[in-house]
Amino acid sequence: MGKVAAEIHARLTAALSPSILEVIDDSHQHHGHAGHRGDDAESHFTVKLVAASFAGQSRIARQRAVYAALGDLVAPDRIHALRIIAAAPGEG
Amino acid sequence: MTNPVHERIAGIVGSNDVVLFMKGTPFFPQCGFSSTAVAILERLNVAFESVDVLADMEIRQGIKEFSDWPTIPQLYVKGEFVGGSDIMMEMFQAGELQALMTETGVKPAA
Repeated sequence: MGKVAAEIHARLTAALSPSILEVIDDSHQHHGHAGHRGDDAESHFTVKLVAASFAGQSRIARQRAVYAALGDLVAPDRIHALRIIAAAPGEG
Repeated sequence: MTNPVHERIAGIVGSNDVVLFMKGTPFFPQCGFSSTAVAILERLNVAFESVDVLADMEIRQGIKEFSDWPTIPQLYVKGEFVGGSDIMMEMFQAGELQALMTETGVKPAA
């Protein structure tokens, strides 16, 4: 896991205690794209997580919780693009 | 609300049933997520107004504060914030976005 992916993993674990957490680095799919900064740069991610705290929360509330947990990582020079799949236990 | 940019945004979302704040235009989206959002609205066959945040730096920053949402694209329906492209896709796949458009009386694309 790259440095940024590891930081995403650590922050989401600390804030949301997810029972399932996957951080997928999609950066290789974006070579030559404006947000891609070279072969080693991590920039595009998908996070999939299941957390008990999401139960009863709207989709907007769940994503806001993820953005809040990531804090200053959600910035163009850190995470350029982020796809979030957030579920409560027993969903999907 | 005294922030003039927020007032501009409130005016836009208040005077159009469906507004997509995006990077680029529906013909030339400048980001994969904005492209996805446009494709969903076109599949739903609804009339929508788009705002290119890359062409307006005030709105680019202001919309993030206005919605308390850090990313673009952002969808508004009847003045209410719906979400970004992940939420649009989840709702579209569940049939909920179509239902929202129907229930709120959004007009089909001309």
